[in-house]
Amino acid sequence: MSSLNESTFFRVLLSYLPLIILFVSVFNEFDFNYLNIENFSFNFVYILIFYWTLRNPDSLGYFSIFLAGIINDVVLGIPIGISSLSYLILCAVTAYVRNITLSPNFVKDWFSFLFTMVLINSIQVIILDLIFIIEINYLRYLVNTGFTFLFYPLFFLAFNFLSQLILQKKND
Amino acid sequence: MATGRDDFVIAFRSAFLKKKDKQKFSLLSLILLSIIVIILSNINFKPIQFVKIGINEIIYRSSYIVSKPENYLKNTLLVFTEHMNLYENYKITKSEFENLKEEKIVNNFLKIENKKLRNLINENIDSNEILAKVLIDRESPFLKSVILNKGTKDNVKMGMAIIDGVYLVGQIIEVNYTNSRALLLSDLNSKIPSVLAPQNIQAVVSGTGKNYGIIEHTKEDIEEDLNKVDTIVYTSGLGGLFKPGIPIGKIYKDSENKVDFFSDFTQLNFIKITSFNIGDKN
Repeated sequence: MSSLNESTFFRVLLSYLPLIILFVSVFNEFDFNYLNIENFSFNFVYILIFYWTLRNPDSLGYFSIFLAGIINDVVLGIPIGISSLSYLILCAVTAYVRNITLSPNFVKDWFSFLFTMVLINSIQVIILDLIFIIEINYLRYLVNTGFTFLFYPLFFLAFNFLSQLILQKKND
Repeated sequence: MATGRDDFVIAFRSAFLKKKDKQKFSLLSLILLSIIVIILSNINFKPIQFVKIGINEIIYRSSYIVSKPENYLKNTLLVFTEHMNLYENYKITKSEFENLKEEKIVNNFLKIENKKLRNLINENIDSNEILAKVLIDRESPFLKSVILNKGTKDNVKMGMAIIDGVYLVGQIIEVNYTNSRALLLSDLNSKIPSVLAPQNIQAVVSGTGKNYGIIEHTKEDIEEDLNKVDTIVYTSGLGGLFKPGIPIGKIYKDSENKVDFFSDFTQLNFIKITSFNIGDKN
């Protein structure tokens, strides 16, 4: 009985793991987006949302993503709503890609991720720089986009492993 | 052709409007909500400001709690590194201490002289200090700021100076009831009126988004002056927010006008939130 309870707990915990990782990464002081290394940063949250909403959309609810965006904006000190909008546009692209794709293709996903990042970063820059008059470093955005794109395959493998584990536990 | 267009419309509509089994809200409604939130957060309307302050209070406190384990690990690593470098640090500190002892004797005289001169021109500088703890120092590539545990209930106001020891580190840009946000000198949006010594040149220290600042709005042939000797950057007091003479950083000769800030912004723990009343004695 005890082992059954433990197994249920582990299964539930595992199914909520993407959501927990999302909230910990927006709440926590540690940020892959800022590693204090000259010209190196990547947006872990973009990768996380893109992968899970594309491959396993039931793991992350849109409202949770919206909330994570609000938290990210408050913690970073940028106008509230910008990250939410960026994350939801990312979700919109993944939902569209999912609808038009019959068999998933990694390379196509990877390049649609790049296209989406360029789109949402452009929207962010327009809102921050032109509407809120907050001075930003364009080069950093570009470097950030580049490294996020390059790191996607690495996290794709890790998340694939986690996704399989969740599926396996669900079927147990 | 028409079929292709129909497919696009169906996929588009399905992506934006259709709710999955576990989704309680459609994407379109949440995107619209985000846009409304962006617009509302920019409006200076009192009820919205109160909601914003409430959200900030909750999220800052939650973030502080979530970051505790990570901060504990960070501090442990720092203590370990400091312990390993103890002997080397001791030797460096000892030689610095000898130099400082000599400088202190000269400075004592300058202090007395400065006080006398201020009395002569009838100028008075009062300051109020509030000791605060850094709650969150999450830096982003786009904004360099820290969250402090003092807010309006402790009389913190916009524009107050943030001092680490004797060094300037930033200024308050957002005040909530129990906490506030300070913009660091390294942020791209930070511009501090300053004076360069010993050249006595007025300039503006601007953040770069990196861990150094640059000199702006100053005389054109400044490079010649800066390449001769190491330069100390102090606040000039112009603008009336800060008192003159708060040390900001140092420009090493041949360092291409880079201001190395005296304070290490990654190691801020306790700081002073300070306001200055500059004016006549009467």
